[in-house]
Amino acid sequence: MPSNAAPRSATHYVAPIEETPLQAVDQVNEDEKTRSTWSDAWDSMRTRPMFWVSSVLILLIVLVALFPGLFAHVDPRAADLAKSNEGPEAGHILGFNRQGNDVYARTIWGTRNSLIVGVVATVLVSIVGIVIGALAGFFGGWLDTIVSRIGDIFFSIPTVLGAIVIMSVIPARNALTVSLVLAVFAWPQIARIMRGAVLSAKQSDYVTASAALGVSRFTTLVRHVVPNSLAPVIVVATVSLGTFIVAEATLSFLGIGLPQSALSWGVDIGNAQASIRTAPSTIFWPSAALSITVLAFLLLGDVVRDALDPKARARR
Amino acid sequence: MAWYLGKRLLQLIPVFFGATFLIYFMVFSLPGDPIAALFGDRQPSPQVIEQLRQQYNLDKPFIIQYLLWIGGVFRGDLGLTYSGLPVSSQLAQAFPITARLAILALLFESIAGIVVGVIAGLRKGKLFDATALVVSLLLISVPTFVVGFLLQYVLGINLGLFRVTVSGQAPWSELVLPAIVLASVSFAYIVRLTRASVAENVSADFVRTATAKGLPRRRVVGVHIFRNSLIPVVTYLGVDIGNLMVGAVVTEGIFNIHGVGGTVFQAVKLGEGPTVVSFVAVMVIIFMLANLLVDLLYAVLDPRIRYAK
Repeated sequence: MPSNAAPRSATHYVAPIEETPLQAVDQVNEDEKTRSTWSDAWDSMRTRPMFWVSSVLILLIVLVALFPGLFAHVDPRAADLAKSNEGPEAGHILGFNRQGNDVYARTIWGTRNSLIVGVVATVLVSIVGIVIGALAGFFGGWLDTIVSRIGDIFFSIPTVLGAIVIMSVIPARNALTVSLVLAVFAWPQIARIMRGAVLSAKQSDYVTASAALGVSRFTTLVRHVVPNSLAPVIVVATVSLGTFIVAEATLSFLGIGLPQSALSWGVDIGNAQASIRTAPSTIFWPSAALSITVLAFLLLGDVVRDALDPKARARR
Repeated sequence: MAWYLGKRLLQLIPVFFGATFLIYFMVFSLPGDPIAALFGDRQPSPQVIEQLRQQYNLDKPFIIQYLLWIGGVFRGDLGLTYSGLPVSSQLAQAFPITARLAILALLFESIAGIVVGVIAGLRKGKLFDATALVVSLLLISVPTFVVGFLLQYVLGINLGLFRVTVSGQAPWSELVLPAIVLASVSFAYIVRLTRASVAENVSADFVRTATAKGLPRRRVVGVHIFRNSLIPVVTYLGVDIGNLMVGAVVTEGIFNIHGVGGTVFQAVKLGEGPTVVSFVAVMVIIFMLANLLVDLLYAVLDPRIRYAK
């Protein structure tokens, strides 16, 4: 069967001859700083207001997660049942939840667990996905076949669904185990993207040049191919940080993520469910905090994608 | 095309066995004896326990348990729950409800999402486009259960337009609100995907050619732009079946719907291993078939994929 596949990159810009006078080629300014993908991306990002909005927001969220005591002076675990579901008063600006806890303090303290799960799961998924995807894509052969099929198996189980099943079995439920369980089902996504990026980077001239110079295959992979394949992984990882935070909240909301004793937005939203008619604000504040955090990472992911994808940069 | 279909079907087989084995392993490696848990403080005689363990194949090695179960699955026998009900009749009750919910959600998200996305893509940078982008970003960052509570509170409790919970039979009309909740995140993704791909195709060479040879605008948009813009959206719908199943667990919980998601959730909490494995296995099969269907649709939409090795 003849291959009908059209060349994928038929859009190379070829300048007419008069635009590239030959002497210009010789007039390369060698003192000029070399420009990498990353410095281009940085230049493109810092001109966008959305980058600064999301970065400042994320910085604030990280500060709250690291030092919640600076932002809330009330003990989030102090419960006064007499104040159950009561509205705001002096010193308790968002009122009380069903158990009589201060809603503001619990929302502030809940940041830490969400962020831990988001960061740990993202780091785990990125490390596993990058290593496996890079090896499979670069060396190919039976390694690629086996790894890709194993990835398919984990990919065929939706992340949160798999996490629901494992979390019901695991005796130790804390931020680390939740991250680990989410990562178990989420790594194939990164591995697939990394594998695809490595496959296309493998065709580059610098890989041939590196081989011609006698550099070992493994060194070529680590020094040249991987750094040039990271861009799409970074984009997906930024966005998935947000989705892991949602996943943790969903599991905790269902009662099988973090335990009842944990300070977590998901747990608080789940507990406030019963009071939706009488005290809807107890459900509103942790939900708002959760949504804003996820939004911050989504926005950053959008900006990073635009910056790392030259096509998108040209479109804007 | 037949060759392509055959290859894809063959690839599904190891994935199917791998995924079901993984789920089976996870559920039945759990610590604690489900038979002992049935009785609580008043433990029966060892003979009764032994007989029950035999009935549920718990006395056999793990791999034999799995093979017996998977053999039963192919015969349509999903075993018994620990309370003695056949899992298959549980599934027969729950499945139609979730199917109705998922169909409504898929219809809503694909029709509304594609329409909004196409309009936004054609009017890139205008007010409609900007609004669509902001709203979809908000919908993506607000988790499903929060959207659920919000709509339940505003539409159900404040305005009284919808019933807050769904009755046992779960007729189509009562599932509209839960379906919108279930579809909200995917709707936002479809809007963004369609918009991006329409906006890109508007300036594509083939669209310029079509306009240049004098085709009416309606045909350029309807055939040339629309069909080519659908490819990423169709791919997304396959992944989305997975999201919908997870979403169903949450949505069915909020609206008290006794569908597949609600049953899985109850079974996980009660430690009903047989129900969990069978239901999750069914979900995984649906997810795999949906992805296969998407790959085939993809091949129909883009001839390059049909012929590529």
